[in-house]
Amino acid sequence: MTRSALWAAVFGALVGSFAAAVGYTAHYARATSYLSEDPKACINCHVMNEQYDGWSRSPHHARATCNDCHVPHSSIFAKYYVKAEHGYRHSKLFTLNSFHEPIRANAASHAVVIANCIRCHEAMTREIRLAAPGSSAHTVSGGIDCIRCHAAVAHGPTR
Amino acid sequence: MTKLPSRSLIFLVAAVAFGIGTVAAMALYANIAKRKMEAESTVLKIADITETTIDPAEWGKNFPREYDGYIRTADNAPARFKWSEGRPPEDDANAGKAPSKLVGDPLLTTIFDGYAFAIDYRERRGHFYMLLDQRDTERVKQKPQPGACLNCHASNVVAYREVGLKNGAAGSLADPLFSENGRKQLFTGWEQVNHLPYADATALVKHPMTCLDCHDPKTMALRVTRPAFLEGIANLAASSEPVPHLPSIEEWRRGDKKTPYDPNTLASRQEMRSMACGQCHVEYYFKGPEKRLTFPWHKGLKAEEMEAYYDETGWTDWTHKRSGAQVLKAQHPEFETWSQGIHARSGVACADCHMPYKREGALKYSDHQVQSPLAHVNLSCQTCHNYTETEILSRVDAIQSRHKAMLDRAEQAVVDLINAIEAAKAAGATDAQLAAARALQRKAQWRADLMNAENSLGFHAPAECLRLLGESIDYARQGTTEVAKLQMAARR
Repeated sequence: MTRSALWAAVFGALVGSFAAAVGYTAHYARATSYLSEDPKACINCHVMNEQYDGWSRSPHHARATCNDCHVPHSSIFAKYYVKAEHGYRHSKLFTLNSFHEPIRANAASHAVVIANCIRCHEAMTREIRLAAPGSSAHTVSGGIDCIRCHAAVAHGPTR
Repeated sequence: MTKLPSRSLIFLVAAVAFGIGTVAAMALYANIAKRKMEAESTVLKIADITETTIDPAEWGKNFPREYDGYIRTADNAPARFKWSEGRPPEDDANAGKAPSKLVGDPLLTTIFDGYAFAIDYRERRGHFYMLLDQRDTERVKQKPQPGACLNCHASNVVAYREVGLKNGAAGSLADPLFSENGRKQLFTGWEQVNHLPYADATALVKHPMTCLDCHDPKTMALRVTRPAFLEGIANLAASSEPVPHLPSIEEWRRGDKKTPYDPNTLASRQEMRSMACGQCHVEYYFKGPEKRLTFPWHKGLKAEEMEAYYDETGWTDWTHKRSGAQVLKAQHPEFETWSQGIHARSGVACADCHMPYKREGALKYSDHQVQSPLAHVNLSCQTCHNYTETEILSRVDAIQSRHKAMLDRAEQAVVDLINAIEAAKAAGATDAQLAAARALQRKAQWRADLMNAENSLGFHAPAECLRLLGESIDYARQGTTEVAKLQMAARR
């Protein structure tokens, strides 16, 4: 065996091991489920169990899943960008065990949720949003935070 | 040695990179596997836990996280105000003890004159110290106390049952606690221990409150094991006082009421998460020569309802040395004050704030380091209140500062009344003439003392606590006016 063939064999074995380790870890972590719309994907890491339980008892259960509220629906790029960003951030925080308790939506996620409230309830909320102080064409909710008052609508009773 | 060709160098670097990548992927796999395992099995049974396993370290083998928190109650929780703030350290004889409240608040020495609390009264500390501090206090050393004190400061379930068995109760320690035999053993032993001298009673126990006192050893379900609470809550249920924060009692009242209300069979888990604490964090007195530990809830949980019960039964903790008034000593009425607050009314239990859920990886458990919620605002308050930690702390601070300012005024008003009565007595006022002022001292002192003894500085029920302090000041000043009227009449 020539020296370069030996190198190629060693290198090939390493690439193969790497691909296998990544592939099996992804399979074990049910990585592909994150591409789906199934709310069960959100409880893969168990931290969201309470949110999932709350949602299953909530009024929105029959009509809306996690993705309906938590990812943008403006374009497929926006949707997958947010999914990827969430996926990266959540898995990093969960792996390093460094997330805030109780779990809090960050400003960007919060904006996505509000935009989705309005996406479905556009006509009903139109007057309210226009009447809100400081409302402008640029703020989708007119500065109103729907879930401050309607906190239990999507995640149900918390106790 | 031949020089490596540059192609080999690239190969080598790439191979090392893939090697590191493989290790990283495997490490990630291990982490995910660990998280999955944590989520699935919360308990690894190592030790066999029974009704006679008193030692918390044994329970700790199966529940290491809960045990760890329990042991950490030795760390003192932060408190907003300490009565001892800003005063010099005590002498060597008091090293290792909690700071004295009497030194921090000299008014208390006047308020408790003639009673054991004027001898020694210290800051509260974590559960870890409950038995140590009780054995160590000058109140117990200098004034003989009954075994009833053991009810709240020690793990007493097994001790009570053993005494019960010696005194003729049937069965054995193997009986489930709430079987007919077990219950009889518990109550008989408790009744016997209540009137033992404290020194004899405390020799029966080794540990402060432990796992067994709140948990069923087989199912880990919460339970109430203190006979005094079982009697007290049954008396409360039998009263007509509305208790919307304890729905199982309201439910029992709608039933046939043939058997007394029993929290161990009727209360919801959420109610038990307060009742377990209410076994000890309550107002009480030692009834009759048998020193039966009794919670004064026969008319309700409010200050004036407990007072009405004491007035009706003619109970007095001691006669005030300076004023001669027949006064009451309030204990630590957290369960009662919590009952008057918005948190109780909204279904929030003691454990929600003082033992919030914690997470280690995917594992969720209740923090057993029972302490002030201010030590973990994120876990305790922010679960429901969507505000920043700074905002929440400033709200708490507003409530507690207002409360402390009013408490100081109420105690000053009570002391002024005591001084006025004492002066009038020295000037020749008769008992009959002083009766009205003394009755007002009893009322004023009861309210101020309830608030001093309460561990929350008004937070458990802000409006109710300020009401009581307002009433205290009013009664005390009315009393001072009564004394002034006497003096004016004498001058004429």
